[in-house]
Amino acid sequence: MSRRYVIAVYVDNKPGVLTRVSSMFTRRAFNIDTLTVGEIENPAYSRITISLSGDEYTKNQIVAQLNKLHNVQKVKVLADESAIRRELMIIKMKNNPHNRAEIMAAAEVYKGKIIDYSVETISVEVTGEPVKIDAFIELMKPLGILEMCRTGIVAIERGSETMFSQEI
Amino acid sequence: MKLTGSQIVTECLIEQGVTDVFGYPGGQVLNIYDALYKAGDRINHILTAHEQGAAHAADGYARATGKVGVVIATSGPGATNLVTGIANAMLDSVAMVAITGNVPTHLIGKDSFQEIDITGVTLPITKHNYFVKDINDLAPCLREAFQLAKSGRPGPVLVDIPKDVQLAVTEFTPEGVVPRLPERKSRDKRVEEAVKLINECERPYIYVGGGAGSRDMAEDVKALCEKIDGCIGSSFMGLSLIDSDYESFLGMQGMHGHYASSMANKSADLIIGIGVRFSDRATGNTAKYCKGAKIIQLDVDRAEINKNIMVDVALVGDLKDSLSRILNAVEKKERPEWKAEIEELKKEESLIEKENLGNARGLHPKYIFDAINKHKSADTVVATDVGQHQMWAAQFTRFEKSRKFISSGGLGTMGYGMGAAIGSAIGTGERTVLITGDGSFGMNLNELATAVTYNVPLTIVLLNNGVLGMVHQWQNLFFGKRYSNSVLDRRTDFVKLAEAFGAKGVRTDNAEDFEKLFSESMKSEGVTLIEVLINEDEFVLPMLPPGGSIDDIIVSIPKEDN
Ligand SMILES: Cc1ncc(C[n+]2csc(CCOP(=O)(O)OP(=O)(O)O)c2C)c(N)n1
Ligand SMILES: [Mg+2]
Repeated sequence: MSRRYVIAVYVDNKPGVLTRVSSMFTRRAFNIDTLTVGEIENPAYSRITISLSGDEYTKNQIVAQLNKLHNVQKVKVLADESAIRRELMIIKMKNNPHNRAEIMAAAEVYKGKIIDYSVETISVEVTGEPVKIDAFIELMKPLGILEMCRTGIVAIERGSETMFSQEI
Repeated sequence: MKLTGSQIVTECLIEQGVTDVFGYPGGQVLNIYDALYKAGDRINHILTAHEQGAAHAADGYARATGKVGVVIATSGPGATNLVTGIANAMLDSVAMVAITGNVPTHLIGKDSFQEIDITGVTLPITKHNYFVKDINDLAPCLREAFQLAKSGRPGPVLVDIPKDVQLAVTEFTPEGVVPRLPERKSRDKRVEEAVKLINECERPYIYVGGGAGSRDMAEDVKALCEKIDGCIGSSFMGLSLIDSDYESFLGMQGMHGHYASSMANKSADLIIGIGVRFSDRATGNTAKYCKGAKIIQLDVDRAEINKNIMVDVALVGDLKDSLSRILNAVEKKERPEWKAEIEELKKEESLIEKENLGNARGLHPKYIFDAINKHKSADTVVATDVGQHQMWAAQFTRFEKSRKFISSGGLGTMGYGMGAAIGSAIGTGERTVLITGDGSFGMNLNELATAVTYNVPLTIVLLNNGVLGMVHQWQNLFFGKRYSNSVLDRRTDFVKLAEAFGAKGVRTDNAEDFEKLFSESMKSEGVTLIEVLINEDEFVLPMLPPGGSIDDIIVSIPKEDN
């Protein structure tokens, strides 16, 4: 049965580590939806957040294979119920009298921000659950999308649960 | 003391207990070779004919001795020539450290002469690799490379060192040999579950693989077998761990496995896998593999659990620890019915073998191996190349001690044999026997020069069938005898070839002469090549057809059918 998983990985903050992780995904033919990477409170590590849809077999194999990589320090599958997931999108729309009001209204409802406004374009920033971003894009499609980019998912667990609070 | 990077490489090798390294010099490792020259009284370097041969030699050396094999190559083509050797070590979990030179750091990324991103190239075929940019990281990287190569599930580690780092100077303090990293231990609960399954079962089959081999677990495995009155089978990689004469050992199971072993595997109600990965060559169609049996898997590598087949109980951690805890807790029990069934299978097996010998198109290879078994010693390593001759070697060689069968299992590398046999002979100081085929031998026969130069004790048995036999067999059975590019039709005179390299070369087409020639070579010095002419239509049997299961086993092919 296919499900969505979010996996958080602490890796050594060294050159080439992201390549090692992504090369493993290619070599083992694992399909992932998004992968984000960034620094954390401890400069020795980076946090990679991977989201994927797959069955339990794939998820278990990914975790096991990630753990085998020398520069991977900790792997955790974030529990679906307690994971807060966020994504950021910037979208550039055509600006004309017919769609302007609609874009502004949608941005307001979705708590988006107008981050750029020119005679020909409006750029909106939207943050939230990936489904919310998807929905916003659907609204924008008929209005003329010029360009867009999404960061991919970052996620953290609610409450006192942390990366190291539980052995896997 | 202050040392250059090149000296640090040499001193680290010596510090890690390395006595022999294999390799080939070139522009970006000149300094390392200079340091090796100066340390020539403390470390021995073997110059091969090709870097691939050097990598296979390091691999064969590691398998035969249990030490870490070391290979050195220059940047660019030297490094890429290692690739097959590294991949081979990866797929068979062999502890190896490969050291490559690279262009100076300021020339990296500029497509400089002989610049290759070898850490990029070898990323998916190493356990880990390092590109050392700072001289102060060099010794720690090299030590860590040795530690990783031999810890947990062993494997190859590559260290790429740019030329300027080899020249730079830093403080160096020798350290001791790095220990293997401590292994995790399996949970008590899993041990209990395994013991329960074993106590409840009626037909246990202990299935050993390369993991059990590399931990030298023959005694532990036999102890379990005796306590539970089971039988033992092996994967290809598990061969030679258990002595062939051990009564409950049935041999290899799988695609070209021993009949009794494959059938017992099918009939068992419990499989206890120890350091096996349930590879596709061993299981055939996994949807039909051991459906009636429970499966317990012991492995040091968490990722092997439930990878190829789903198991009922998994013990992840140090194999010796897991097995000894099971052994202590399990009930001693006799299982006479199972033993009787196994005896029946063995009888069937000998009938099938007779039938197959009767169907022989020419000199059946079994007779060659009979002679080899008679005249080799318990310490003789038998190395092979890849093809039919390899499978015959696996089926017919008798082993008395572990680490005596050296063959490319996971990658199936034709051309592996020459390098591996040289590495094994140098590592053990004993005569090694290489079983090769006319195709495989052609891939790296240049290493004859190496063997002769170093007067390596080596007997090469070349089973010349004039074809790429294994390919030929598949084309015969599954491609309507359309022998596309598998008939070699070469004019090579292997006897003259051996002589040209300075080795002894002889030829025969019958078992009596072979026995004489072989026993002579075992008593002689240096390198002998014995070419044995066999029929191109000989089959390796039994065989599970591709995608098939044990129910599709082909045990014999009557002469008139073919
Ligand atoms: C490097 C490499 N190339 C191709 C193959 C595919 N292959 C497997 S066995 C074989 C034939 C081997 O011929 P030979 O060495 O003469 O052995 P024989 O089967 O005749 O005993 C081939 C081509 C391989 N395993 N390795
Ligand atoms: Mg051949």
